[in-house]
Amino acid sequence: MNQFITAVLTSLSSGAIYALMSISLVLVWRSTRVINFAQAAQAVLTTYIGYEVITRSGSFWLGLIVAVIAGGIIGAGIDILFMREIFKRASTGPIAMIAPVVATTALLGVIYSLIGFIWGISYKTIEAPVSTNGLSIFGSVVAFSPFNLLVLITVTISMVVLTILFQKTNIGLALRASAHAPEISKLSGIKVDAVRTLGWAIAGGAGSLAGMLYIPGSYLYPNSMAVLLVFGFIAAVIGGLDSLFGAVAGAMVLGFAINFSASYVSYKLVFPTAFVILILVLLIKPNGIFSSGKGRRD
Amino acid sequence: MTLIVEGLTIDHGAIRAISNVSFKVPQGQLAAIIGSNGAGKTTLLRTLSGLKKATSGSATWDGHSILDKRTEDLARSGIVHVSDGKSVIAELTVKDNLALPGIWRKDKKDVASATTEVIEMFPILGQRLSQSAGSLSGGERQMLAIGRALIARPKLLLLDEPSLGLAPLIVEQIFQTIKLLVTKMDLTVVLVEQNAMGALKIANEGIVLNLGSVVAVDSANKLLSDPALRAAYLGF
Repeated sequence: MNQFITAVLTSLSSGAIYALMSISLVLVWRSTRVINFAQAAQAVLTTYIGYEVITRSGSFWLGLIVAVIAGGIIGAGIDILFMREIFKRASTGPIAMIAPVVATTALLGVIYSLIGFIWGISYKTIEAPVSTNGLSIFGSVVAFSPFNLLVLITVTISMVVLTILFQKTNIGLALRASAHAPEISKLSGIKVDAVRTLGWAIAGGAGSLAGMLYIPGSYLYPNSMAVLLVFGFIAAVIGGLDSLFGAVAGAMVLGFAINFSASYVSYKLVFPTAFVILILVLLIKPNGIFSSGKGRRD
Repeated sequence: MTLIVEGLTIDHGAIRAISNVSFKVPQGQLAAIIGSNGAGKTTLLRTLSGLKKATSGSATWDGHSILDKRTEDLARSGIVHVSDGKSVIAELTVKDNLALPGIWRKDKKDVASATTEVIEMFPILGQRLSQSAGSLSGGERQMLAIGRALIARPKLLLLDEPSLGLAPLIVEQIFQTIKLLVTKMDLTVVLVEQNAMGALKIANEGIVLNLGSVVAVDSANKLLSDPALRAAYLGF
């Protein structure tokens, strides 16, 4: 029973972090039709920024807020400086599909190099605001820490805020309309380019939050979030790439599958489980198990 | 306020879609641009709303050039284009579709009253507010598209094939609504149509396009009664 409860709790808290990364990929995909491979590097970069703030101020929360804001600015900057220009120059044909992939992959490399140049490749640690040691439940220590609980609460609050933003505000309506139908949105007077940049900013912020919640209890180094990017991407695909709800649900499916196989069988099954799920979804329901079934438009 | 198009030429890559087209639409008038498939009607309209760049020529509304403006800025200044077929966002609800102009319009009171007017004009939309626009019939989608345009309080309305794919009775209803917009609300309308007869019946003036060139500009009544023109270009 203890093992079961622990597995559920760890599934929820790791699923929550994958959900943030997944959301950041989905937000960019639905507005731009680009998988932002640079998102991992953006999150690492802003986590280093958060690390610097925490080292100087001693406050984890100040570091987290600065990192999220930096993530938003960097996301918006990538859209304005690179993506807009690329789409202006390569708007049709195969190049329109390839150019953004090359650009985001190149940015991944450039940002990684930049990080190595500034901070070196040694491991850094970020002290969590609460203990990362397992809680004691019914007298035995489990693999779920107070920090995991904090992650769960922080992500839940972020989800509620994002849901209100998207469903209840004019900005959210503009984001949804521009993602589904950019041309009709323009004809309705919506500044689609600015709205798209805002989407990149929110995505960047979500990715940075994922990074700041992922690193405590682990190590920060230039390549520390490659796994997070892969899991976030798998979660997004499970969810159908187009839907924020799907991104969260996909992340939870992945979190549960990984943690249960690790807990009940072997930790060596973490990656095989993730990829088996990805392959099964792509084989059986390639539009994602949480998509409306209408298929992705591309 | 008058729409003045002069010597407008538009290319699709190496292909000339519109060649040296000129016409005028004074305020409160309905001009029908008619012609067969491939005549360049939609291209012309997309250029007037900033979705496509012109190669040469000019187009002005109220004395200001509209060719160098962005689509969203034109929409905000009252030049609203309802693109062809079913110009609604299928994934959003009817209510959200109607709410799009309210995102940027400052006068929220007027947005509310414009929305009420639209729902009075198309009561069926009022019954379907919480449904997704994708679940509407073709006629209802057209009403929604026109309704959304009206909530932006347009001065110049550009309508692309509102009759496309609709049953004859619904077409008649849509055309009567468009006529009402001109006579009652003093809108200026450019109506692009393949349904030449239906369009000319409600229009003040007709512009006949063939292969990207204007072949006739005259009052709608005269065009309707010109047998040679009817046989050659209008197909009825």
